[in-house]
Amino acid sequence: MKYNVIDGLKYTQQHEWARPEDGTAVVGLSDYAQDKLGEIVFVELPDVGAEVEAGKSAAVIESVKAVADLYAPVDGKVTEVNEALLDQPEVINQDPYGEGWVFKVEVKDESQLDKLMDKPAYEEFIIKEEEEE
Amino acid sequence: MRKQKALLFEMGRAGRCGYSLPSNDVPEKSLSELLPKNVQREEQLELPELSEVEVIRHFTELSTRNFGVDTGFYPLGSCTMKYNPKVNEEVAALPGFTHMHPCQPEHTVQGALELYYNMEQHLKEVTGMDRFTMQPAAGAHGELTGLMVIQAYHRHRGDHQRNKVLVPVTAHGTNPATVTMAGYEVVQIPADERGNVDLEALKEAVDETTSALMLTNPSTLGLFEEEILDIAKVVHEAGGLLYYDGANLNAIMGYVRPGDMGFDVVHLNLHKTFSTPHGGGGPGTGPVGVKERLIPFLPKPLVDKKDDQFYFDYDLPNSIGKVQSFYGNFGVVVKAYNYVCMMGADGLKQASTDAVLNSNYLATLLQDNYYIPYDRIRKHEFVVSAKPEKKKGASAADIAKALLDRGFHPPTVYFPLIVDEALMTEPNDTESKETLDAYARAMEEIARAIDEDAEKVAAGPYYTVVGRLDEVRAVRNPILRWQKE
Repeated sequence: MKYNVIDGLKYTQQHEWARPEDGTAVVGLSDYAQDKLGEIVFVELPDVGAEVEAGKSAAVIESVKAVADLYAPVDGKVTEVNEALLDQPEVINQDPYGEGWVFKVEVKDESQLDKLMDKPAYEEFIIKEEEEE
Repeated sequence: MRKQKALLFEMGRAGRCGYSLPSNDVPEKSLSELLPKNVQREEQLELPELSEVEVIRHFTELSTRNFGVDTGFYPLGSCTMKYNPKVNEEVAALPGFTHMHPCQPEHTVQGALELYYNMEQHLKEVTGMDRFTMQPAAGAHGELTGLMVIQAYHRHRGDHQRNKVLVPVTAHGTNPATVTMAGYEVVQIPADERGNVDLEALKEAVDETTSALMLTNPSTLGLFEEEILDIAKVVHEAGGLLYYDGANLNAIMGYVRPGDMGFDVVHLNLHKTFSTPHGGGGPGTGPVGVKERLIPFLPKPLVDKKDDQFYFDYDLPNSIGKVQSFYGNFGVVVKAYNYVCMMGADGLKQASTDAVLNSNYLATLLQDNYYIPYDRIRKHEFVVSAKPEKKKGASAADIAKALLDRGFHPPTVYFPLIVDEALMTEPNDTESKETLDAYARAMEEIARAIDEDAEKVAAGPYYTVVGRLDEVRAVRNPILRWQKE
């Protein structure tokens, strides 16, 4: 697999990842997504305390190619945002699963996380998307 | 010849000047005597000091770096970069038009008002709408005006819950921005496997909060919405209105009318479909046409006629008000009117025929070397996916740069978003077969160059005034003006 997919994370069909962390989920963009977008130049973060809804836009990622929405993987309240991205959005390209995290959200309904894809399922999803001509 | 690269500020010498005035025959007074202290500068302005010839050479050299429809093929998808006939300019430059003042009394500008009035009749005929405003200054401005009219209509009926506008993924790129600007929420509608609006998804999405659906038909994929009548029915039955983005009208003009497809509001781009200059050569004009029930909400004034006299009708109590100073970009309307009159109904239809023919011809040529998703007859444009080339190491952006090296303006890249590595290509009706053949040859050459050495292609362009620009730095750390070191 050309793209890095990490074990232990949950993935959405819009290529966000979520990492459960005692009652909250850390949210970011997958390696596949950052590669598709190309060099990221600007990130618009949600407000801390904002309510996000699963499948609805929670942040905006702008690359040299396009502006894309980052969709919340679960419902909940934003507890923390990665302000370092405001000055260095390229961190998402360099370290999408680590320093490139975007925000943390308080998980209301654990079952929403369970419905997301795990590593093997997401890898299969990417392969299918790549082949789709 | 040496290419000028220095800025004006980096040229010239202290004390050099572009003019010399005759000696003064009245006593000279210093500025400090004439002006109060608080408006006097404390330091000298840092202006470049240059001779006239230096300034002329500088700007003339810069002007040769322009690329426009007058210098080459410009297949920018969704933008319809058709040739702008020079006779339009001559007509718009007639002293009767250029010497007018917008504050003149109506009875002294009857000819101008008549032109507005006549142009409206033509646009009504082309689109099947009942009234038009010429005020909006361009397409996106027309979109905003159209949505404001829709908003006013719903509110006037006491229908205050409609806060969403549906936008298909194949819509013209400005639509979601317009929706947000008008204070609405965007609801995206996916496309089906034929590239049409997904009718089932649309049925799911409409409800009592739907204000309108914004549709570009043909879409940015260059495909005609085959289910348009059903789409209209679904939206209307939910109480929503149908908005037509006229960016692609040049594909269907004379064949089918948005008004007959069920659209309630239409905006046109005179600078696309009706041959007036576009982009930096603008300004544009984005007339908005509506069906009967929306007329009361149009911007005021409207141009009307009473007893053979033309006048501005301000008596529109439910109007959304003015959306542009005075009456819009009059000169643009003159040019477009001239185009319509010279083409005639048959000519306009022929322009659509030629645009569609050119697009299908070019797509067929390119298909030998490139992948074009949604294999259907196209309208005026088509979208190449450079996904296979990207895998070889050269992206859509790299192909675009390679086209610059071969003297062509690239197509629109990375839009629409539903096609990966998109190259949205619109050859338009004014290009010859020879030009299309030459473009196809250039694309073929690029395909071969990618097969041979993709890395080399990805490092281009090689023959342009500047090479590959650092787009990341340009966005993150833009230098917007010269500053003294």
